[in-house]
Amino acid sequence: MSLSPTILSVPAPEGLSARCLEASAVVVSNTPVNGEYRLLVLDAPREALNCQPGQFFQLLCPAPEGEHPFLRRPMSIYGYDAESGRLQFLYKVAGAGTRGLATLCAGDSLNVLGPLGQGFSMPEEWQNLMLVARGVGLATLAPLAREAQARGRRLTAICSARRPELAMSVELFRDYGAEVIVVHDEDGSSTPEALRPLIEARIAAGQVDAFYTCGSSRLLRLLQDLGRTHGIPGEIAMEQQMACGLGMCQACVRPFRVGERVIQRRVCREGPVFPIAEAM
Amino acid sequence: MKDLMTPDLSAQVGALRLANPIMPASGTFSEDLSDVFDLDILGAHVLKTIMHGKRDGNPTPRVCDLQGGMLNAIGIPSKGIEDFRERMLPYWARYGAPLVVSISAHSMDEFAQLCAEVSLPGVAAIEANISCPNIEANGQAFAMRPETTRDVVTRLRAETDLPLWAKLTPNTGEPVEVALAAEAAGADALVVANTALGMSIDISTRRPRLGNVMGGMSGPAIKPIALRMTYQTAQACRIPVIGCGGIATLDDVLEFLIAGAAAVQVGTATFQSPTVMARLVAELSGWMQAQGVTSLSQIIGTVEAPAEGLHE
Repeated sequence: MSLSPTILSVPAPEGLSARCLEASAVVVSNTPVNGEYRLLVLDAPREALNCQPGQFFQLLCPAPEGEHPFLRRPMSIYGYDAESGRLQFLYKVAGAGTRGLATLCAGDSLNVLGPLGQGFSMPEEWQNLMLVARGVGLATLAPLAREAQARGRRLTAICSARRPELAMSVELFRDYGAEVIVVHDEDGSSTPEALRPLIEARIAAGQVDAFYTCGSSRLLRLLQDLGRTHGIPGEIAMEQQMACGLGMCQACVRPFRVGERVIQRRVCREGPVFPIAEAM
Repeated sequence: MKDLMTPDLSAQVGALRLANPIMPASGTFSEDLSDVFDLDILGAHVLKTIMHGKRDGNPTPRVCDLQGGMLNAIGIPSKGIEDFRERMLPYWARYGAPLVVSISAHSMDEFAQLCAEVSLPGVAAIEANISCPNIEANGQAFAMRPETTRDVVTRLRAETDLPLWAKLTPNTGEPVEVALAAEAAGADALVVANTALGMSIDISTRRPRLGNVMGGMSGPAIKPIALRMTYQTAQACRIPVIGCGGIATLDDVLEFLIAGAAAVQVGTATFQSPTVMARLVAELSGWMQAQGVTSLSQIIGTVEAPAEGLHE
């Protein structure tokens, strides 16, 4: 008998719908994408797939041989489709949790909790969008690119990586109609000094109403500087070590600059998406 | 014939009657969990510890993952008493479950003042967190010693007519003396216990894995310690004991009840499975029905003497 995805949550109070669900999803595939990343495709309950780009799930990772991950691992959504029930995560094997994820085979079940957090916004006045991201941060922006295409926005994607062949999601961004620029460390095209004129030329041509970024504090500082200079807003998806993922434990706080003050916000609850200008 | 009556899950904690014995542990629960299930399923609502003033809490990383549990050094970030009065208390009024407010302070004066200030309509009980290892240097806390426990509980008792629960620490070498001191000073119930002070080092960087260096260990790995203390304190005291520490399954709940707990708190397990408390209420009911157990009194404190000289 094959497994089917199951909702584990108890019913929501009458008249309310649960904002996020704890569910048992079924692994469809779990395959290497390149030397560093793997793509996990799940069959998940449709009710758990009312997602926004930038949101994440908390995955209860199986234990790999000799290790014992205890807490769930937050993972940004790479792809979701409520119609087919597909939920995708792109991950780099880096610790006990992701080593456990790498052991999953088609047909295995995986306990998922989500969708969680606040996703990216895309106000009407942001018609020309520029994504600038690095490494696995590109995966976080993939659903945003799809949303941009669906809303008819013009999209430029600057994909940064250590080597050109490690730049993630380049084809995916092209499929979503983006102009894709790959920059990398080997030829020095990924440094802030090299990126600045590239981005400023597009700003001068009126092609940037807003930035979206993820995965690099160097890119964040560059975009904060360009944003201040040229009056361009934007959003960043941030990471922090989490425990509950719901906002209860207050483990995942980060500092944000709001006016003259520095305040703490929970990445899981107020984020993981924040205004670029306020991020630190 | 089997008794097919619906079992009575209600739990008596001093003067307070709870619909069932399952409640969250302070610090692992907030209104955010209402995104996942109907919080009125629970026997009580225990809020994260508040302190009088505003506090940011500890530097990150605030948690680390361990085999069978976790360490935390959150450091009680608090929005202070005003936020409690103006935002939290009105929010929790929408629920029927009794509201238990956890409080803490650095000094006895501040503790006593806060206790008076949170003794408001809508609050069903006060849980005095005299045991948090994360707010004082080297894990010191009032509940480390019987004398300081007696002094602080005496002060708090004088400030409130509400049921007063004292949350104890597993880090003391004198758990029974501390429990008796809290009882003698007027506590209405004991919560046994808080996290165990611990530490973890990342060998690749040689840095502590918590920003605060040390933190509180929680999760299934500390369950035997909390169960032992629940048993010890329930044997020694007349006031009810609320078991807390590593409870994640129905068997865990039953173990604590059999050891003498009148009710239990579930904490870290909610981080692994946010629906666990709702599941435990249903599973306890199902188990009691299947066993023909009609009330918790048939479980609580029924621990037997060890079997002697029995061989398979």
